[in-house]
Amino acid sequence: MAAPVVDPRAAAADTPTRRGTEAALLAFAVLITVVAQMIVDLTVTGALRPEMAGFSVWITALWVVAHLVVRKWASYADPLLLPAVALLVGLGLAVIHRLDLAAGQVGSTVTREDAPVQLIWATLGVALFVAVLVVVRDHRTLSRFAYTLALLGIVLLALPAFLPASISEVNGAKIWIRVAGFSIQPGEFAKICLVVFFAAYLVDKRDVLALASKKVAGLELPRGRDLGPVLLAWVLSILVLVFERDLGSSLLLFGIFVVMLYVATERASWLFIGLTLFAGGALISYQIFGHVRARVDTWLDPFAYIDGAGYQLVQSLFGLGTGGLFGAGLGGGRPDQVPIAKSDFIAAAVGEELGLFGLVAVIVVYLILVERGLRSSLVVRDAFGKLLAAGLAFAVAWQVFVVLGGVTGLLPLTGLTTPFLAYGGSSLVANFVLVALLMRISDAARRPATPHATPQRLGDAPTEVVRP
Amino acid sequence: MNAPLRRVAISVLVLFTLLIINVNIIQVVRSESLRQNDRNTRVLAETYDRERGSIIVDGTEVAMSVPTDGRLTYLRTYPQGPLYAPVTGYHSLIYGNTKLEDAMDDVLSGEDDRLFVRRIADLFTGRDPAGGDVVLTLDPAVQAAAMAGLEGRTGAVVALDPDTGAILGMASTPTYDPGLLASHDPEAIRTAMEAITAQDPDPRVNRAIEDNYQVGSLFKVIVAAAALEDGLTPETVVPAPRELPLPNSSRVIPNFGGSACSPSGEQSLIDALTISCNTAFAQLGIDLGEEAVRDMAEAFGLDDEGLDIPLDVARSTVGDIIDDAALAQTSIGQRDVRMTVLQAALVAATVANDGVQMTPYLVDELRAPDLSVLDETDPEVLREPISAEVADQLTEMMVSVVARGSGRAARLPGMEVAGKTGTAQVRPDVPDHNWFMGFAPADDPQIAVAVFIANGGSTGGDLSAPIAGDVMAAYFEGQGG
Repeated sequence: MAAPVVDPRAAAADTPTRRGTEAALLAFAVLITVVAQMIVDLTVTGALRPEMAGFSVWITALWVVAHLVVRKWASYADPLLLPAVALLVGLGLAVIHRLDLAAGQVGSTVTREDAPVQLIWATLGVALFVAVLVVVRDHRTLSRFAYTLALLGIVLLALPAFLPASISEVNGAKIWIRVAGFSIQPGEFAKICLVVFFAAYLVDKRDVLALASKKVAGLELPRGRDLGPVLLAWVLSILVLVFERDLGSSLLLFGIFVVMLYVATERASWLFIGLTLFAGGALISYQIFGHVRARVDTWLDPFAYIDGAGYQLVQSLFGLGTGGLFGAGLGGGRPDQVPIAKSDFIAAAVGEELGLFGLVAVIVVYLILVERGLRSSLVVRDAFGKLLAAGLAFAVAWQVFVVLGGVTGLLPLTGLTTPFLAYGGSSLVANFVLVALLMRISDAARRPATPHATPQRLGDAPTEVVRP
Repeated sequence: MNAPLRRVAISVLVLFTLLIINVNIIQVVRSESLRQNDRNTRVLAETYDRERGSIIVDGTEVAMSVPTDGRLTYLRTYPQGPLYAPVTGYHSLIYGNTKLEDAMDDVLSGEDDRLFVRRIADLFTGRDPAGGDVVLTLDPAVQAAAMAGLEGRTGAVVALDPDTGAILGMASTPTYDPGLLASHDPEAIRTAMEAITAQDPDPRVNRAIEDNYQVGSLFKVIVAAAALEDGLTPETVVPAPRELPLPNSSRVIPNFGGSACSPSGEQSLIDALTISCNTAFAQLGIDLGEEAVRDMAEAFGLDDEGLDIPLDVARSTVGDIIDDAALAQTSIGQRDVRMTVLQAALVAATVANDGVQMTPYLVDELRAPDLSVLDETDPEVLREPISAEVADQLTEMMVSVVARGSGRAARLPGMEVAGKTGTAQVRPDVPDHNWFMGFAPADDPQIAVAVFIANGGSTGGDLSAPIAGDVMAAYFEGQGG
């Protein structure tokens, strides 16, 4: 680290754990989850489901268990992370259930029921969340498995490309493994493995990577031989793009890597190199790959392709526009007219039924999640933890930005999932693991230093106000 | 590492701000235009949850919504789809509303302010909101005869009640079945629409009002009206040479088939109209002058904007008249003279109604879902281009056309029919348009008709006059007489 990190709370041995705050916020999230389900049923069918009671108990139990585990095994963790996740998952369940009810309606694109399955996935997600917190007592142990995880990540990422299309291809993207009725998107797990690896690797090499060799146009460029890892990451992203036709994952991985590299080395030149490589890659892919070109053309003028590639985006915009400020109310709109509304385009469903206010609220909840993660990264003392938290938090931010930007026409569509909100087991479970890691790091960040911690340097101590 | 971390945190804030600004633009700024977009079926889909009102002709529903087994949805059906399609249009989940389904959408969907009180009541009583009914002026016998007459050809027929302006028939061919576009299966709708759009000419066009055409000799009635207003009588003898050299031009106006109108080179006005003598009317137009001819055409409604019946009607035009040669050609309905079929029917109806032109209308009354009358159309005078005396003289001349002249095919047993034929040159390489406009009975007109056959390639007398006769006969049969 560049400067010794000071723990401003070293003196405060009685740091509040803030678990009470978390419990209260979780209760609120549960309330929203249950009420949203009820509103959907009342609006669409006019009556409550008998399963409602069971659902409420299930959801409550889920977060009570998660909360108790945090109390015991990560008692100083940030109190906002878990409620933010609970709120997003709960809202997602309500919207997916609402879309389930639209099956068979005129013009509906919904063909099957997914909410019960999503609840199972959420349960599995919480189970993994618990497992991570119980097993990983200190996040630093993860750095020992960096290369194993890297290999696992690359295998997971590359697997669908080598499997036959019948197993791995859905809607033109070869990013799936479909076994016995289950679809897994290994890329979601690869994302976490690779972030852990990046963090460990960069902490190791950051001094070397930060060495400048020559200045070009005001930028200190690193030595050519140190460009290796960046180029490797870039090539990997491009390969994903080519063999799996997955624009989203490619963009996600490369973005995360460049930002982590920048944070590790504190050199803006890496950002510049990253952007240059990205721009070059983007330009070349636009020239070479029809599917990339189609995406970009559609993004520029979706209405020109309203009956083809632009249909989905235009329907999404119609939904958002029709929703307006306050939305049509849960169950009051026609979000089912947007193809794949449960996963890729769930934000359009939120915007249509909960309006601008609902959608902005969701964006703000994501923002809280991300900024709290980055805050842990700022405060935590070890370099690996810092970088890992930064990578994980930025991964969520970048993914949310790319997806929401895509469905609202700000960016070309990429086909990533909306974390926690969208239907999809892999995404949900993987992101629970991601949040568990963030919780573990934030716990380490806020935990009061042991009495034998490194003594502070006097010069860094806060000036005391002398009271008469 | 903290400095770059803070920058990353700020960058994330910026990215999310961009997202929020963008959804604000979509959901606030562009909201209305996205909502109103023709391809946005959301608002339309809502109407499927509500019983849309019916379009009614003579007590029978020609467009109605029937409840289906599907969830809370109504299916729009058109029991006699192709017969009324030019007027009803369609109400489609994918393609939106057209024609009356569009023009009367507020009433049919129940959004109209006149249904406001009932909507509030629905809120309190929990009754499902329903739309109001639209009752048309059409006469089923007239409509059926018109469509049957046009079968296999491209054309249109408009029939009016000259006293009121009520539209008794409005047919246009080729036609289509709007029911196919109103189903609940998007794929089936798209397939049906592809089949319709693949046709040439386009069946979705209502040729009675949406387009104007060269009218040829029909225009001679307007020139005759100008001459009579100028003081001539039907018996006044006018020059009618074999051919008329156009002033300042090497070209000549011939008569139909190059024949002479009369051995003496002149004839009475009534005879000139009876045999539709080109040279007589071309010379008459030149003698009257551009202003008189144009004023009379405009008095009848040409070059005027904005008929709304409540469907939009295209303009009818006289066009530019640059010199006497152009005036001569204009006077026999060539050059740039264009009329809609409705306008032609209006000209005939005006002559029939003693020179008083009534505003044409399709909607007779609006009914609330409980069948109480919300609104009724009162006949209104639109224009008074000619005096009753001139109208009588024109009637006499037009009776002669049907009795002894080019319109003989429109004769009906037991009554005098008045009319005028038209055969209009379109372009040198395409067949002529064939027209007939007229009314009956001549002494107490009850129906005025205009028949248009696009590129029929024959004459108005041979092709269009018989259809007009059939339509009028069907009307009188339907009236029990």
